[in-house]
Amino acid sequence: MCSTCGCSDDAGVRITDAAGVQTGEHGHAHDHDHPHSHPHEHPGQDGHDGGGHETIALEERLLAKNELLAARNRGWLEGRGIRAFNLMSSPGAGKTTLLERTIRDLGDDLDIQVIEGDQETSLDADRIRAAGRPVVQINTGAGCHLDAQMLRRGLDALDPAAGSTLFIENVGNLVCPALFDLGETAKVVIISVTEGDGKPRKYPHMFMAADLILINKADLLPYVKFDVEDCIRQARMLNPHVEVLVVSATAGDGLDGWYGWLTDTPGAPAAGTAGHRPHNRPEALSDAR
Amino acid sequence: MHELSITQSLLDAVVGRTGERQVTGVRLKVGRLSGVLPDAMRFCFELVTDGTPLAGAELLIDEPEGRGRCRGCGLDFTLPDLIPLCPCGSADVEITGGRELAVTSVEVV
Repeated sequence: MCSTCGCSDDAGVRITDAAGVQTGEHGHAHDHDHPHSHPHEHPGQDGHDGGGHETIALEERLLAKNELLAARNRGWLEGRGIRAFNLMSSPGAGKTTLLERTIRDLGDDLDIQVIEGDQETSLDADRIRAAGRPVVQINTGAGCHLDAQMLRRGLDALDPAAGSTLFIENVGNLVCPALFDLGETAKVVIISVTEGDGKPRKYPHMFMAADLILINKADLLPYVKFDVEDCIRQARMLNPHVEVLVVSATAGDGLDGWYGWLTDTPGAPAAGTAGHRPHNRPEALSDAR
Repeated sequence: MHELSITQSLLDAVVGRTGERQVTGVRLKVGRLSGVLPDAMRFCFELVTDGTPLAGAELLIDEPEGRGRCRGCGLDFTLPDLIPLCPCGSADVEITGGRELAVTSVEVV
């Protein structure tokens, strides 16, 4: 997507691999003078009715291409025994901090690799690299979400090892990423207690798609107005079987539940979005404060 | 604004089928629970179709309402939002309509 006019497709997406080599810079010039003087021809009002007009039935889902690419990614990941977790949240909910902490605590048990998505900069990738793990940065330019094609390019650049655990940190946004399947094993939605407890009601698509919800920054609960029980109730009205864990990535509260979930989540789920993980661990259905 | 990339997918899907033929009308189904705003798609449509065979085409958007079917009492009812709650009080509801996001037909000359 062109960051100047917002037109076109993935042309503005840039991938920075583990060696810091960037690919995919804008490779074409746009003419940004759009005079918008197209004549409007409305079917049925232009005198050509029945004379040369033809209706073609298409019946094609608009996300069909993304879904096809996501299915390919899913097969590619499963074939290599790689589990991929798509982390989604608003900006600042603590995705990168959670990843840094997870790398620090589980780095000996899991082969963790990361794909970072942001509109601009490699600040997050730098933090993961400093934590000692392979990382690729995807910059979406004007784009507000990762899609399956961007993940494919990220996978090509990262080349994650067989059997590894891949975290995909999506662009901070509770709206758009919900609609784009990447081919991940599970979707993890993070909200922080400083954001307010009405998020599930305000952003239902995201919470419907979630396999796991992490309520982060729990160490700040004494200082903010955030009703954990009400937030969980809202989420379960949308997504009755979703697992919810209350954690603090900085203070460490509840992280055992997150690590247990990560360790227990099998690869090779059925295709689809929410609800494909087995929900048979009663302890994970309660918050783990 | 995810409508931009979805509208780009629409353009790709149509041109993939109609090639260079001039398209004068595009009919879509955008369900009320799909998470996509028809007005935003109209805005994006003009942007992404500029200079293509779809430029100036009329965009006709059907907006099917949300529908749910209660697995408890069997009631078929309208869902105004994504919270699947049956008037009988059950939340065990299958969403049967309103999530459509598809191009149904195009008019070409």
